[in-house]
Amino acid sequence: MNIFARGQWGPATVALFLGLFLFVFLIVPVGKVIYVAFQDPNSGELTLINFIDFFNTSLFRESFINSFYVASMSVVLASVFALPLAYFTTRFNFGGAVLIQTLGIIPLIMPPFVGAVAMLLLFGENGSVNLILGEWFDINIPFMEGLNGVILVESIHYFPFILINLSAALNNIDRAMEESAQNLGSSGMRLFRRIVFPLAMPGYVAGASLVFLKVFDDLGTPLLLNINNMLAPQAYLRITSIGISDPMGYVISVILVAFSLLALWTSFLAIRGKDYATVQKGGGGLMKRGLRPMEKVGCYAVVIFILLLVLSPHLGLAILSFGTVWSYSVLPDAFTLDHYSYVFSTSSQFITNTLLYAGLAATIDVVFGTAIAYVVWRTKLAGRKWLDFIAMGAVAVPGVVIGIGYLRTFFDYNVPIIDKPLASWWVIIVIALAIRRLPYALRACVAALQQVSIILEEAAENLGASKRRTVSRIVVPLMSGGIVAGFVTSFATASVELSATIMLVSTESDAPLAFGIYEFMQSAAGRGPGAALGIIAVLIVGIATYLSHRFIERKETERAPDVAATAGV
Amino acid sequence: MFMTIHRRTLIVGMAFATVLPLAASIEAQAMEDKLIIVTSYPPDTTTTVKKAFEAKHPGIKVEMLKKKTTAGIKYLQETAGNNTSDMFWASAPDAFEVLKGDDLLQKYQVKVTGIPEKVGAFPINDPDGYYKGFAASGYGIMWNNRYLKAKKLPVPKTWADLAKPVYHGHVGMSAPSRSGTTHLTVETLLQGEGWAKGWTKWKQIAGNFKTVTERSFGVPDGVNSGQFGLGIVIDFFGLSSKASGFPVDFLYPPITTLVPANIAIVKSAPHPDAAAAFIEFLLSPAGQEVLLDPKIRRLPVNPATYAKAPEGFPNPFKDKSIGSAVKFDLQLSKNRYNVINSLFDVMITYRLDDLRAATKAIQRAEAKLAGKSNGAAQKLIDEARGLVNKVPISAVHASEKDFNKIFKKKRKKATTKVTGRQAEVEQKWDSEVKANYAKAKELADKAASML
Repeated sequence: MNIFARGQWGPATVALFLGLFLFVFLIVPVGKVIYVAFQDPNSGELTLINFIDFFNTSLFRESFINSFYVASMSVVLASVFALPLAYFTTRFNFGGAVLIQTLGIIPLIMPPFVGAVAMLLLFGENGSVNLILGEWFDINIPFMEGLNGVILVESIHYFPFILINLSAALNNIDRAMEESAQNLGSSGMRLFRRIVFPLAMPGYVAGASLVFLKVFDDLGTPLLLNINNMLAPQAYLRITSIGISDPMGYVISVILVAFSLLALWTSFLAIRGKDYATVQKGGGGLMKRGLRPMEKVGCYAVVIFILLLVLSPHLGLAILSFGTVWSYSVLPDAFTLDHYSYVFSTSSQFITNTLLYAGLAATIDVVFGTAIAYVVWRTKLAGRKWLDFIAMGAVAVPGVVIGIGYLRTFFDYNVPIIDKPLASWWVIIVIALAIRRLPYALRACVAALQQVSIILEEAAENLGASKRRTVSRIVVPLMSGGIVAGFVTSFATASVELSATIMLVSTESDAPLAFGIYEFMQSAAGRGPGAALGIIAVLIVGIATYLSHRFIERKETERAPDVAATAGV
Repeated sequence: MFMTIHRRTLIVGMAFATVLPLAASIEAQAMEDKLIIVTSYPPDTTTTVKKAFEAKHPGIKVEMLKKKTTAGIKYLQETAGNNTSDMFWASAPDAFEVLKGDDLLQKYQVKVTGIPEKVGAFPINDPDGYYKGFAASGYGIMWNNRYLKAKKLPVPKTWADLAKPVYHGHVGMSAPSRSGTTHLTVETLLQGEGWAKGWTKWKQIAGNFKTVTERSFGVPDGVNSGQFGLGIVIDFFGLSSKASGFPVDFLYPPITTLVPANIAIVKSAPHPDAAAAFIEFLLSPAGQEVLLDPKIRRLPVNPATYAKAPEGFPNPFKDKSIGSAVKFDLQLSKNRYNVINSLFDVMITYRLDDLRAATKAIQRAEAKLAGKSNGAAQKLIDEARGLVNKVPISAVHASEKDFNKIFKKKRKKATTKVTGRQAEVEQKWDSEVKANYAKAKELADKAASML
């Protein structure tokens, strides 16, 4: 193992830089805010009394249980949505696989406010579906009531995390494994259960743990459904209420971060001690089989049903953006293009800002994500696991905490040349987005790296390649599927982020799309334009996703021309 | 050919790009050229006012920085060390009180005349001179006509109507801790009816809630889309929704409160002269007239402006039924501000399911009892009502200075010593309230089973 002695300083420098970045832009600002959690509210001394209060308060205990329940159930439901989509599209010759994969990621892009309005208009107690059901059958199904509503919306919203990571993992499995199993007589469900799914486990766990964490920490959905008895909304309500500054808000933030890291650690334990790497990379994933006609019909029915369900918020949004008045009716009273022309004439800078910010942030994320993954899994540097944990911790820090922390930390620091506080320079929005979305890219990169066998790197180094050359010519290309998955996830979610940006936008010309939507959604007349802007956001991200899927597919075709040829027949 | 033109425009463009900022900075020395306003108002209001102001002062470019009130306060607090904002412009007077308390506002003496002291029973300006009222708004009830028709519900006329069993599960409102104007509505009713009776009324209405929304705009949004049929909202939400074509309507109940909407200059504002000009403009007859725009629909504070108002526009200076039934005690409201927020959240927002269940049980028992006489059942129902209406603390206790300190944002000095913590107090209230609601439901169910 002395290959690591050579060139150890290179990764060490990278690790040091990453550590410093995380320290300055994550630990310090967040620390400045959540310090309050450890202060006695009355005397200002350091204390743990607030945490004792937390566990003594029945409302918080209930909130904790509710959050845990919702997060777990959302993982289950999200898996139900994601598994068939991922498996069918990677395992079989399936017309429109790229389209399905692309549509499958759209739910991740739920623009703030309008997404929930659209969901309520469709599935609410007096939404379209229930109005129709009421008319025909005189029943009313409470899709959106209470915790069940949160679970439904969250799993629709976040299931793409599983879909993306699982698909990337399935594409990375060595086909020789599957062929061996088939030669030994395994097939069907047994083949999937015993060979394919276990080999794709790192991808599934990466996705599932993200779903769990995001749902556990998610604020927007419960708030918009007006569910208060969960942890994240409790933290938010207590931090942002006028005049009250209850330390409990910050205590809950600390508990959210701690619990998220615990969940992460558990998922880490679950896949530890198993080797998922496969040596042979030429095959470009599982062998794609043809389907018998009846099977095809069945598969398409399942896929179409799932897509219809998970895309319904966006369908609602589209109707909303073309509709005039939509109130207590199945469909809007009339349709119009006015909202779009209004948005294009007033709000184009929101669109360019969003592309710039989300693009930069996602680039930073995949570069850092790959670097961290490499340092953690391929070097023996002391404390390397902490890089992973700290970067992942960002997933659990509420956006409003990051926003306040940045204002608190960077407002007194003037950037040279432009002579503006760092906290009101647009670059700070990019950094905030990068920090907040780094965990997504990181998980995707880690999963991709785990599937690359170290033997390939050792072979390259034995042939005389330098460490840098090995990373850039062997490791990164082999990880490309995962890296693109990470980029897409970060980009898609960064482009609709609101909770940190709303604190950091200091001039209107710097504002991104989500901020524009928020603005529109503050007035009755703004609902249509807000929805139109939301649809534009979805389209932008959808196109970006489609292009990156094409990119992966082309790469894979390049690697396995014979497979593509046979598949084409 | 094409290339050369293209290049030439590029060069010209670049030349402009370098000259323009220069020209701007020269002008800045003559008169401030920029004004940065942190505001919670929707684009309809801000763009209309901005246009009118810029027409009057062509040299000044106004930039509206939209943040919801709570985020705006946090933003100003956090950026105070290196302030870049000139003004804060929002509805809720209490938001201005918080900023004033943190010493983040600048005093300003208005030059415009003709603005009275009070609108309804509420003083227009901050007595200390830090913030100014420029418009008034009143609370009322808005409803969705299609919803009421489909569910066969009557149109309510008073607050008390909303407590009727027929409206169970159809009403929405925001929480006072989330919206300063909602806070004033809650406080007005408490002052108008008295502590115990006021809370009883709120609990009866809240027992019919479908939801307590997180944003104040969540209420008109819910009524507009038909998620719930009736909402307790500020007038311009109702009026502007109607103006946008939604099948909704709005009315002021007899006991309403008129609340001034305010504006203030931020301490050490970079453009104080432009800020002063903005306040003067807003209060001038021309600025007041802008408020009558159907998309804004706020009540001007200059009584003379109402002469130009459209037919049927409410005039609080003439119509004494609007906003003057309650004599609003500002000091009392200030003293117990945070306690009211916390109490409302503990008793209603966070325990809405329990409260609703208890209310439903009582309403059912009462419906069964109607027309019959059953002393024992009546007694049980009364007992249940008493339990639901119980408030954990008395009015006197609620405005005690020491008690309020527990909920205060900041200790003024490190040496200030306070006993008790908010979380501790709230937990005590919560367990009491929850037990009461559960017991009330049990009693009401028992009463119903006897009938």
